[in-house]
Amino acid sequence: MSADRPPQIDVHPGGPHLPLDPLPGHSSRGRLERVLRRGEFAVTAELNPPDSADPEDVYERAAVFDGWVDGINAVDASGANCHMSSVGICALLTRMGYATIMQISCRDRNRIAIQGDVLGAAAMGVGNMLCLTGDGVQAGDQPGAKPVFDLDCMSLLETIQTMREEARLLSGRKLTTPPAVFLGAAINPFAPPYDFRPFRLAKKIAAGAQFVQSQYCFDVPMLRDYMARVRDMGLHEKCFILCGVGPLASARTARWIRSNVPGIHIPDHVVARLEGAADQKAEGKRLAIDIINEVKEIDGIAGIHVMAYRQEEYVAEIVHESGVLKGRRPWKREPRPDDALVAERLEHILAEAPGEKPSEVLREVTR
Amino acid sequence: MPDPETPIVTQAMRVRAAAGRIAYKPADVSPARRVQRRYAARLWSVRHARFLERLYGRFADLFLMLHPLWNALGYRRVEAPVKFVERRVKGLMFDCRMCGQCVLSSTGMSCPMNCPKQLRNGPCGGVRANGNCEVEPDMPCVWVKAWEGSRLMRGGDAILDVQKPVDQSLRETSAWLRVTATAAADRAAAAKAKDAAP
Repeated sequence: MSADRPPQIDVHPGGPHLPLDPLPGHSSRGRLERVLRRGEFAVTAELNPPDSADPEDVYERAAVFDGWVDGINAVDASGANCHMSSVGICALLTRMGYATIMQISCRDRNRIAIQGDVLGAAAMGVGNMLCLTGDGVQAGDQPGAKPVFDLDCMSLLETIQTMREEARLLSGRKLTTPPAVFLGAAINPFAPPYDFRPFRLAKKIAAGAQFVQSQYCFDVPMLRDYMARVRDMGLHEKCFILCGVGPLASARTARWIRSNVPGIHIPDHVVARLEGAADQKAEGKRLAIDIINEVKEIDGIAGIHVMAYRQEEYVAEIVHESGVLKGRRPWKREPRPDDALVAERLEHILAEAPGEKPSEVLREVTR
Repeated sequence: MPDPETPIVTQAMRVRAAAGRIAYKPADVSPARRVQRRYAARLWSVRHARFLERLYGRFADLFLMLHPLWNALGYRRVEAPVKFVERRVKGLMFDCRMCGQCVLSSTGMSCPMNCPKQLRNGPCGGVRANGNCEVEPDMPCVWVKAWEGSRLMRGGDAILDVQKPVDQSLRETSAWLRVTATAAADRAAAAKAKDAAP
């Protein structure tokens, strides 16, 4: 264990892949809920799902976030583009001890499939689930697919909340062990009808949302107005609000997103600022950090959600340079003390004494 | 067993390959949009949500008053003609999709089943800055209109209730008759409770 890091508090003594001890008032046994409920400024990030069947691809992509984020979002075919499923990514990452936020979109599966996936994922140790409606199929790479939309994000939240609180499925059939999950939802304060948006958050909280992640924020005054109304309604005390941020690669990307990706609002002055910069990529990163610094001061914002699509390697820098963690170090996979012992003796175990029994090894070590 | 030597060609593949070079280009993006009329009637209904709310209140009372008649004729027997009228009237005014569980009173007289995602609890995050739909760029967002309509209505705050998921087994049934029969049953239960009380 490295000496410069304080001991990690949110880890099961038996191994990082095991669920934490339940705490009063907590609905999940995951790390993200503990961080938020302690009142710490949380950081989550979005993992770019691989187009492959190789688990190493997932581990590599998660490793860039090591020690910088409190939760990793596993997207469910975002933008209606097909990638590795969120259940699959969560299965791999929870095994390694990561805190995952499994996104569930209503576009591709009906209520029977979704409830089954919720149980399966919770059994694998997924502590957080984010309920989304999902983009329309026309936005993705397979526009000929059948859009399902059997539930919507609100009824999905209510369904999982019923499963957790009342230990039963939508049909009423009993669950012997309910899924212990921390429930999330998405908000977009930057799309019309603006008056309705805070009420919609209230509806989501009524349906079961305990934390929300927002769409990309590039317009801080707009978020301030929204948050003022949210505070008036007292909603920031009932749920943790994480603001979505991310770097733009260039002015061209910004313009492309503005005209092609629905729901992302990028004001003109942001595009102009990128345009005027010598190094647009660096300026995009700078811009994200500036936005984080403004956003973290807004009353009621409990954390940030960094979506650095195809720029995941910058997440650590953005989080570090904005100083939102205030010196706190989120969980990081570390070798356990006995791992060093095994590594030291690996040569001996494998090559020199292949027939040695574990008890003999132990006797030799302790001697 | 297909011959492994010859490649498999499906109907969908033929349609796709031909799409670029044939003269027929279907209008609009999604199949949902193609079965709709223009939005004029639907938007009129939203603008007159207050009037329609009152009208529907009267109409529901009338239907409930006729409950003995429906019962005498048999709800089963009247279903077909009532459904015929309901489909045409609501189809004209709201572009009704006959989900069989009407929530127009809670959605500002804008039918949520016309949303390409069939959302029943509010707008998704993809609404365009001009208030149009992300899937159908020419269509005003059903939920932007619903919010406007609900602000005109007396009971407009019903838009803040969380709606249950659609029961797909009720599609193509009459919402009018269901509401009437439910109200009649509730009334009978209330009367029975009142008789039992003193």
